[in-house]
Amino acid sequence: MERRRAVVSVIGKDKVGIISKVTTILADNHMNILDISQTILQDFFTMMMIIDVTGNENLSNLRDQLNLVGEEMGLKINIQLEEIFQAMHRI
Amino acid sequence: MTIAMDEILQTIRMVQMENLDIRTVTMGISLRDCADSDFGKMQQNVFNKITTYAKDLTKVAEETEKEFGVPIINKRISITPIAEILGNATVEQTVELAKTLDLAAKQLGVDFIGGFSALVHKGFSKGDETLLKALPEALSVTERVCASVSVATTRTGINMDAVRQLGYVIKEAAERTKDQNGIACAKLVVFCNPVEDNPFMAGAFHGAGEGEAVINVGVSGPGVVLNALKKHPQADLGEVSDIIKKTAFKITRAGELIGRVVAKRLGIPFGIMDLSLAPTNALNDSVAEILEEIGLERVGTHGTIAALALMNDAVKKGGAMASSYVGGLSGAFIPVSEDNGMIRGIIDGALTLSKLEAMTCVCSVGLDMIAITGDVSPATLSAMIADEAAIGMINKKTTAVRVIPVPGKQEGEIVEFGGLLGRAPVMGVNPFSSQNMINRGGRIPAPLQALIN
Repeated sequence: MERRRAVVSVIGKDKVGIISKVTTILADNHMNILDISQTILQDFFTMMMIIDVTGNENLSNLRDQLNLVGEEMGLKINIQLEEIFQAMHRI
Repeated sequence: MTIAMDEILQTIRMVQMENLDIRTVTMGISLRDCADSDFGKMQQNVFNKITTYAKDLTKVAEETEKEFGVPIINKRISITPIAEILGNATVEQTVELAKTLDLAAKQLGVDFIGGFSALVHKGFSKGDETLLKALPEALSVTERVCASVSVATTRTGINMDAVRQLGYVIKEAAERTKDQNGIACAKLVVFCNPVEDNPFMAGAFHGAGEGEAVINVGVSGPGVVLNALKKHPQADLGEVSDIIKKTAFKITRAGELIGRVVAKRLGIPFGIMDLSLAPTNALNDSVAEILEEIGLERVGTHGTIAALALMNDAVKKGGAMASSYVGGLSGAFIPVSEDNGMIRGIIDGALTLSKLEAMTCVCSVGLDMIAITGDVSPATLSAMIADEAAIGMINKKTTAVRVIPVPGKQEGEIVEFGGLLGRAPVMGVNPFSSQNMINRGGRIPAPLQALIN
């Protein structure tokens, strides 16, 4: 099966429990996290995760769940297929 | 290879703060097999073919934009220039066919369908004549149908009979939609050297050299280029060109990826990427503001053409490196009503119609979305078209005229077209007549291709 990876990005004001909430959703959806990096820039929490979405044709359910948590915690959460970043930043 | 965090952030910033988007995914559909001597049958064939081929276009485009997180603003259709299949149809039937196209567009949820067109740069066939006669009514009774007419090419010269007739067509189309500021004219482009694979409206059509169906993609991103330049206020012009090139490269790569995915999912070949910088009325999404960022106090002042030439060329270079199949118009668009910076330039008196004309010598298209006084004569409109066609013919490039003579409006008034079409200050035209030249008719011969100084 063709390998599919997606980037989950979380940006917003730092608070307790962000990583926990987001990773719980991923675990509930049986998504494996391949890489994770996180930093605080001027009080802003920024996290990027690369997750394995092989075999998951439809990500809209996951996207809805992440959006729900995003709204709850005042965060902007995106999930995008990794190819878009490869296309724009790698030759 | 892993993508770095700052690269991911850059892409997200481009989309969410700098208006990076795929401006249009346009499906080109050949209608040549729809021709039939029985008009009713042809009408049915056209409707069926379009609604079958494009039935999943909107759905697939929407899925793709979500998955990649890059918005696709418009889903559109371009068709075989309709004059080519009209045969013996009457003017009334041709208007009916426009309504059929409008209905198909509405049913599919696409915002424009382009190709209500005729190619008459050398002469008129029967179908071309019918189409030109039907144009004013067809454009005023439909919402989503876009028309274009090719009146000149470098290899054929300028068909001045067509140019003369189009002066009347534009005038009548404006009069028929005078309650909406002559909006019908916003859906009509008069071309010199049109391209067959342009995905942008209103000038898109599916050319004679194209296949059965194709997906063409137009990206955009003046906002992204503007923001990139803002970070380098001291860069010299060579570096400015380099920054624009790099930015255009990234934009084009994003567009090509998404175009290919959409094409694959629809089972239709991918055609070309059109990497035109197309402005919108969104904040900072302006081509004029890029020129001002390069160092002009207002767009339209001395130096505008040099800055535009630099930008247009850098966009092409970056884009050509990023995609193997660059096509369409691929350059900078300068539509007045869709660009807040252009509007400001005119209101402040920095940008004039003559300067806009001169700008079309070095950028992608031509006099685009310009509102002019409603009392302009058909001959003056024709003469404006002739000037633009001459610029395109001699410089071997596409030029076009999409002007709106707004009924009842005087110079300096502002008219609203709404939506993507924006708003524009009404500009005055030269008061002296061109009538006698236009009355002569005939063809301006094709120019020499050697001895080109």
